[in-house]
Amino acid sequence: MRITLTINNLKRDVEIAPGEVLYDVLKKCGISSVKKGCGTANCGVCTVLLNGRPIPSCSYLAVRADGHCITTIEGVEEEADNIGSLMNEEGAVQCGFCTPGFLLTAIAMKRELNNPTEEEIKSYLLGNLCRCSGYEGQMRAVKRYMEVSQ
Amino acid sequence: MKIKEYVKPVSIEAANELCSKGAVVLGGGAFLNLGDKAIETAIDLCDLEMDFVVEDEKQVEIGAMATLRDIEKSAILQKNFCGILSKAAASIMGVQVRNIATIGGSVYGKYGFSDLLTVLLALDAEIELFNAGRMNLQSFLDREPEKDILLKIILKKNVSRASFTCMRKTETDFSVLNTAMAIVEGQLRLAVGARPGKARLAKGAMGYFSPADYSTKAAAALALLAAEELHFGSDIRASEEYRKELCKTMVKRCAMEVLA
Repeated sequence: MRITLTINNLKRDVEIAPGEVLYDVLKKCGISSVKKGCGTANCGVCTVLLNGRPIPSCSYLAVRADGHCITTIEGVEEEADNIGSLMNEEGAVQCGFCTPGFLLTAIAMKRELNNPTEEEIKSYLLGNLCRCSGYEGQMRAVKRYMEVSQ
Repeated sequence: MKIKEYVKPVSIEAANELCSKGAVVLGGGAFLNLGDKAIETAIDLCDLEMDFVVEDEKQVEIGAMATLRDIEKSAILQKNFCGILSKAAASIMGVQVRNIATIGGSVYGKYGFSDLLTVLLALDAEIELFNAGRMNLQSFLDREPEKDILLKIILKKNVSRASFTCMRKTETDFSVLNTAMAIVEGQLRLAVGARPGKARLAKGAMGYFSPADYSTKAAAALALLAAEELHFGSDIRASEEYRKELCKTMVKRCAMEVLA
């Protein structure tokens, strides 16, 4: 079946199978930043933004995204660069596998929440697991990022 | 999960016709990759405007396709029922999953681990099915599975106090146990879920206890009664014995919050 996705502001007609998940279709479309971790919507590594909301692309049927806007790191370069630099400064990145999903969730949070508390930040980022960092550096970077944006 | 054909019906009647022929209604799809089930025809209700949360003077209605995030952020649900439905939704997994998982999927699936079922049972929720019509949630949970389509969940505004608590090994895991308590039209309702079986009312304890007779001692007695009358089981998360002990503490805490 044929669907139309707007990926990072670019309309794409894609041939898909009915049970194909969005992650696989994005890969077919040449989007390389999105990673797959658990494959069961638990780790947040495959996060993309669907109409601005973070979702697990490994567990979202591509056909459901027909006619909708998908954003990956490639579509938010400036914002990703801003928070990415802070992550580097705070020593928040080691292997980097979780970073694209983490950044997208942080960017969605910045757009959605106004002046969030530390607890609200932690709660919003709960679904993004990182097996390297221990989260302290990430929290420092995200807090700075949220302050800069106010 | 393997899906051979995907259909977005334009009406609930069309969805029901497909359903009667064996098609499967999709919820949020959060558990798509947790099984290897083969589905001939999957029905997606996403175009049928069933993601509402609305209220009038007497009740709140929640469409089956409302996501857990919709429920978490709904001003209507934050201000009604002491906010426990919103609170329970907010504690489920990460924001990514809550943006896709639906309340209809949780309720129709009768999942043992569901936090929302426990809360809805304590709040004396009713549901509306396309074919079977309106019934209370307890009746739905007790009846044998039948092909139908869940349309909405109805909550009457007759709850004066309510509390929800859950225990997890990690923040994004399923609950080891969850408890919800509410005073509905002056009567106490107590539900315990993730036992690991689906949520149940502790009817014996509910009958024994009058909200007017509250004391710390009475709360402990209520918790003990609930732990004795409900059945608990063992699974990868906890043993039967551990759940029973947890139940005593969690029910007591709920009682102290609701009744004190």
